[in-house]
Amino acid sequence: MDESRKEFWLNAVLLVGLFATPVIAMMIDEPFYVTLATRVAIFALAAVGLNLALGLGGMVSFGHALYFGLGGYVAGIMAHHAFSGMPMVFGLSGSDQMLAIWPVAMLLSGLVALVVGVLSLRTSGIFFIMITLAFAQMAYYFAIGWPTYGGEDGLPILVRNQFPGLNTLQTWHMFLLAYGALVIALAVFAMLRNARFGAALMAIRQNPERVAAVGISPFGIKLAAFVISGMITGLAGAMMADLNRFVSPSMLSWHVSGELIVICILGGVGRLFGPLAGAAIFVGFEVIFGGLTQHWQFWLGLVLLAVVLFARGGVIGIIAGRERHG
Amino acid sequence: MSLALFIEQLLNGVQFGLMLFLMAAGLTLVFGVMGLINLAHGSLYMIGAFICAGVAAATGNFWIGLAAGVAAAAAAGAIIEMTVIRRLYDRDHLDQVLATFALILILSEGTSMLFGPFPLYLSRPDSLAGTVHLGFGFNYSLYRLALIGFGIAVAVGMWLLITRTQLGVRIRAGESDREMIAALGVNIKALYTVVFALGAALAGLAGALVGSIQSVQVGMGEPVLILAFVVIVIGGIGSIKGALVGALLVGVIDTMGRFLLPRLFDLLFDAGRATDIGAAIASMLIYMLMALVLILRPKGLFPAHG
Amino acid sequence: MAEPVLELAGVSKSFGALKATDDVSLTLVPGEIHALIGPNGAGKSTLMALVSGRHAPDSGHIAFRGRDVSGLSVAQRARLGLGRSFQVSSLIPEYSARRNVMLALQARQGHSYRMVWPVGRDRSLTEPAQAILARVGLEGRASVPSETLSHGERRLLEIAVALALEPAAFLLDEPMAGMGAEGGRRLTAFLDTLRAEAPILLVEHDMDAVFALADRISVLANGRVIATGSVAEIRADPAVREAYLGEEEGA
Repeated sequence: MDESRKEFWLNAVLLVGLFATPVIAMMIDEPFYVTLATRVAIFALAAVGLNLALGLGGMVSFGHALYFGLGGYVAGIMAHHAFSGMPMVFGLSGSDQMLAIWPVAMLLSGLVALVVGVLSLRTSGIFFIMITLAFAQMAYYFAIGWPTYGGEDGLPILVRNQFPGLNTLQTWHMFLLAYGALVIALAVFAMLRNARFGAALMAIRQNPERVAAVGISPFGIKLAAFVISGMITGLAGAMMADLNRFVSPSMLSWHVSGELIVICILGGVGRLFGPLAGAAIFVGFEVIFGGLTQHWQFWLGLVLLAVVLFARGGVIGIIAGRERHG
Repeated sequence: MSLALFIEQLLNGVQFGLMLFLMAAGLTLVFGVMGLINLAHGSLYMIGAFICAGVAAATGNFWIGLAAGVAAAAAAGAIIEMTVIRRLYDRDHLDQVLATFALILILSEGTSMLFGPFPLYLSRPDSLAGTVHLGFGFNYSLYRLALIGFGIAVAVGMWLLITRTQLGVRIRAGESDREMIAALGVNIKALYTVVFALGAALAGLAGALVGSIQSVQVGMGEPVLILAFVVIVIGGIGSIKGALVGALLVGVIDTMGRFLLPRLFDLLFDAGRATDIGAAIASMLIYMLMALVLILRPKGLFPAHG
Repeated sequence: MAEPVLELAGVSKSFGALKATDDVSLTLVPGEIHALIGPNGAGKSTLMALVSGRHAPDSGHIAFRGRDVSGLSVAQRARLGLGRSFQVSSLIPEYSARRNVMLALQARQGHSYRMVWPVGRDRSLTEPAQAILARVGLEGRASVPSETLSHGERRLLEIAVALALEPAAFLLDEPMAGMGAEGGRRLTAFLDTLRAEAPILLVEHDMDAVFALADRISVLANGRVIATGSVAEIRADPAVREAYLGEEEGA
């Protein structure tokens, strides 16, 4: 079979499989797997965001936990104020409506990504990796030290936020939201990649000097991609906080940044469905090996090492070969 | 606030900075000579601490434990270099980050399999227990003072190694031109293994020394690792001098920030939470410093080459 | 003489103690091919980097189309109409030949922030790209990733990318390098027609090509222009013979 057709079918299997999992789980009355599929969808969503910066633009951000955690805290803090009735900053009241929370989460993540991007994109290589890490660490330590919203202990979301027409307390409805967001994000990713913007962005990853020589400034294109990337990951963070009904500084920790990179790589960096494949593997690994041994991360480490050393295209790369840009 | 307390905090900052230097020196050497980002450097720190604690408990002698910890970290470094790291020199930074992230998972979980989930206790040696009088009625922990001494000794040792020995000549050659040292007939593979093991030994030394003022537990290397990266980025990656300056800056600014900022905020602002806010900002200070340095000098304070 | 498209006035650049470019003044006028020659290390690469904007001069001015561009970036100068090819082929390796040309067309048209329409179906990119590839004789290789093209084909694709920019001046850095005799002759003939579209500042080691093509030649030695003139004048110049041609003929 032609390789691009293989990738198409693989993507279809992933998308349908993710939807089928909770359906089957409900039929056999195993609600745990519905939540699990929701986790996969949200991790995949976060990684789609990172994939835009990392996979298309070649920006190795080691600080995407910043946007994930920021989104999470937006959901937590707005819900907290809606529950207590106390206004937030500037007299704004909180909200328990996801349709209000998500735009705020995305907007704030985008703004922070804009600032981080402007300051970081002047550097490259290891310096870029480390400065993005530094900004995420700043937020991490600030969240730990700032007592108003729980500090180190985190902040519970006492009642899950609402979405019109759905009962978000039902695991199935929560899954639908996450799945819908993921599908939209994948569509946006595909659209950006195929457009002129994506053509410039992917070219910058490969040869920024050449791109400048034809008259496109790499900085602006990379910055725009970085901002959109942060927004998508921020949305995922808000959803994850609602799924867990809890947000804590651990969402901002560098482990999360590392895990998001791992998800992208396991699936296939830069590939449209790489984040979904990677998230499925990551969460699946946690469930399967986590049930067998508490040291499941040991085996994850071995697999990851093997993938990096011997299978650089990730799962999608192994099955569907290298990507082509005809 | 008394002057004695201020001086004590300052010394704590210097001590912390010198321990960071032990970590950062290996990290910056490995990057300077081999061009490798090694996230697993913190795991070597952890190995040093665990082996030191285990051997010290078994033999009842801290110094035997320390020697064992350093040796174990060096051996682990050499083994890791020969099995994994060596394959990463020609890869891009992304692959290096991922592979060494995987090594962290493997080494952390492996340690927890061997030693169990509970922290180990490592007591400081009897000969360095207690405090020492430093004049003006001011007493300071003898052990921490010894750590400062250790740190200075290693810094001097590193300087002698780099400037005065055959190995140092090769390391410097490796930093400036890889092809040249190949042309000189130096066995690059062996040189790289030695450099990596040397860095690992320093990390292990830091872990073992710090282990007896903190608890010895899985994951202990990670906060130190990130600080060490902050140090070498501030100092300029690949530069030993930069690592020393950066380490002292980070150690002193972090310690003094945590000590002074809450008090300062308490004085300036009336609100009940002022102290907490000061503390929260203090914990971000060094990251702000790093961002500032990179914005003003994108290659750090002492760029190693060009 | 016509108003110059590109004018360098007293341009200098040092790297530490090395004066890589020393008080260079030269012009490029419409319709001409102006060749830059000189022994290795004479400062040709630095001069090209100064013109393209990769390096900023320490002193002196560079004017392009009547405008001082000394402070502009590479991308800004390219947008003003400076079409450059690289000495060592510098393409987008994973992109096909067609995609490489389309990127240049996209840059020329603007709209690189357009996030919606797929480029693959954008006929304002695909059709001119195919036409330009046909001009350099690469139409049959349009779908091949540039990293798998042969060396000579990559040199041609470099030219095609520069053509797509429809520049006001070409900056060609050793286009003949590694082309082989037959390829070199074809490329020489092609460049001969190209000067009618826009003047060419040409750095080239292949003296046969330079003498066949150049309207004017400037000779660089130790960062300075030691002579400028027609082919005949340069051949006759004793200083040039000593600094450069003498060793060539002896070799």
